Amino acid sequence: MITKASTIIELTVRNHPGVMSHITGLFSRRGFNLEGILCAQIGGGRQSRMYLLVKRDGRIPQIIKQLQKLCDVVEIVLREDYDHTLFDRMHELVKRKS
Amino acid sequence: MKYSGAEIIIRLLERQGITIIPGIPGGANLPLYDALYKSRKIRHILARHEQGAGFIAQGMARSSGRAAVCFATSGPGATNLITAIADAKLDSIPIIAITGQVPTACLGTDAFQEVDTYGLTLPITKHNFLVRSAKELLRVIPEAFTIAESGRPGPVVIDVPKDVQSETIEVPAWPAVGKPCPGKPLDKSILRGMASVINSAKQPLLYIGGGIVHSASRESLCVLAKKNSIPVASTLMGLGGFPPDDPLWLGMLGMHGAAGTNRLLNEADVLLAFGVRFDDRATGNIAKFCPRAKIIHIDIDDAEINKLRPSFRSANADIREALRYLVRFVHADPREQWMRRVQEMKPAVSLSKAGRSRHIHPREYITMVGMLTPADTIITTDVGQHQMWVAQYYPVRESRTFLTSGGLGTMGFGLPAAIGAGLANPGRRVVCFSGDGSLLMNIQELATLADLQSNVTVVVMNNRHLGLVRQQQELFYDRHYIASRFATNPDFCGLARKFGIRSYDLAGKKRPSAILKKALSGKGPCLINIPIDHTENVMPMVPPGAANHEMIGGNEQ
Ligand SMILES: Cc1ncc(C[n+]2csc(CCOP(=O)(O)OP(=O)(O)O)c2C)c(N)n1
Repeated sequence: MITKASTIIELTVRNHPGVMSHITGLFSRRGFNLEGILCAQIGGGRQSRMYLLVKRDGRIPQIIKQLQKLCDVVEIVLREDYDHTLFDRMHELVKRKS
Repeated sequence: MKYSGAEIIIRLLERQGITIIPGIPGGANLPLYDALYKSRKIRHILARHEQGAGFIAQGMARSSGRAAVCFATSGPGATNLITAIADAKLDSIPIIAITGQVPTACLGTDAFQEVDTYGLTLPITKHNFLVRSAKELLRVIPEAFTIAESGRPGPVVIDVPKDVQSETIEVPAWPAVGKPCPGKPLDKSILRGMASVINSAKQPLLYIGGGIVHSASRESLCVLAKKNSIPVASTLMGLGGFPPDDPLWLGMLGMHGAAGTNRLLNEADVLLAFGVRFDDRATGNIAKFCPRAKIIHIDIDDAEINKLRPSFRSANADIREALRYLVRFVHADPREQWMRRVQEMKPAVSLSKAGRSRHIHPREYITMVGMLTPADTIITTDVGQHQMWVAQYYPVRESRTFLTSGGLGTMGFGLPAAIGAGLANPGRRVVCFSGDGSLLMNIQELATLADLQSNVTVVVMNNRHLGLVRQQQELFYDRHYIASRFATNPDFCGLARKFGIRSYDLAGKKRPSAILKKALSGKGPCLINIPIDHTENVMPMVPPGAANHEMIGGNEQ
């Protein structure tokens, strides 16, 4: 169950096949927790929007600074105004289809 | 005009001002070499191993401050480059590696010599590209230079499939040359705030690192230190950032730093951390590092600020820019009391003098080389005890004249980096201090050196051991010596001669300085073998995990 102990980092990134590896690779090699990802193309496919669900702790400033250094990252916003139940209901995405 | 992808790459590199490219060809980058064949501006240096090519590029970049380029083919060519790229990442060195790749249609099929260069280099580059069309090259090549040289520099990899190299397109106009981006404007009020902290400090101390060298701040740093009487301690990467004959100079801090310096750090009330990243080799146990000091941190990389140690005041800025204002805002202050204390500690700053045997201590040879060479001589080192002795005793008199693998600590760095430094600085002497272990890691580059006949002198501190490993086993593993002594020791002088390089052996020689003088003044490459006692240790030493002031061997004078 995801609670307010987490927060969302909203990323706008250049869209290409390697960009997801750049983001997830940063989290794994620096030992940052990543609890969920939602990702989709925007703007006709030139960019993607990613929502990263992360633990709300003292490491967030460092995570944001490291993300800022990635050349493919266009914009970063820390979103407090999100509906955290969405990540909990991700399975519905699949259920509805079946 | 129509150009192939390969021709576009070469033309864009020429436009960037690239005149030398080390590398090794292979199936997947032959179109690129064919385009290079036609270039009249770029000279290719055929290395003997791609790691050598990567470190040659590093030697060029480290000594000049400008991005350097190297080439390798796909698969094994690219994997051989990996160490040199990772090394560049950790020391923030701008190199651009252009690798061949299997044709786009074969990507992901385990084709011959296919390896996921993009995936492999992702965590060890500042940025990397897998180019999917010739047209993309027009954007990617200049952007690679901009990325490599902007802000905190770093390596960039451009992976180019063979069909992209051969694809021909119409190029209506060449893109603008890629240049480093200007930094963001400085907030002067922050610098005023810093200056007032410095002005009211009683015992301020400068802790400088590679950022001083990268930003060419040596002169303004000197002005600041002298105006406000602030002693200067440096990391391994900061050597050359402050004149070693200045009374304010405290030498290196940290694991093999001077004892007095590590103790003085404990007394500082304000620590000016300029272009540093609080690396564990410099800080020791970070919780016990400068416990009394307010930290003032300036770095070009915002992510370094507050990463390991919270700062009292900080600025994400180019140090040179920041110093322009700090020099103005800081008051002149003779700090007589603090200067007396610093001078009192200075005898302890001179490092451990006690040698263990009748053999000449390695320090003596290093000091002799320092006296026999002009100030603009470029020094490279390998990794181990010899590296630390050079860092402790060689007077690095100018910026960008001390090239060493600091962050990754790569044995095998020294020789190819020296070759690169020689290429980028024709006419200047280059001395590579190496160990008998490290030199063998890239010994094949003696052949490249013989090709070039540059003024590179290789000094082998030969202790027949992996000395630094042996030292740690002695000090921390109950003298359980395993895998640190070589069963055989090659004849390095004979080896050099067979490569076509002059050599001198100091074994049993009564007057080493005369031979050194001869070796260091002759033209062309040479190698000097210096036998040293294998029981000699680098002292003082902060045991891993201990605080800097808890060093061992810090009391022997
Ligand atoms: C590529 C690589 N492998 C292993 C090490 C670990 N290591 C650090 S120092 C050292 C010994 C170096 O021996 P040598 O070059 O002879 O120098 P010395 O310490 O004897 O002066 C080793 C094996 C390393 N730094 N780099």
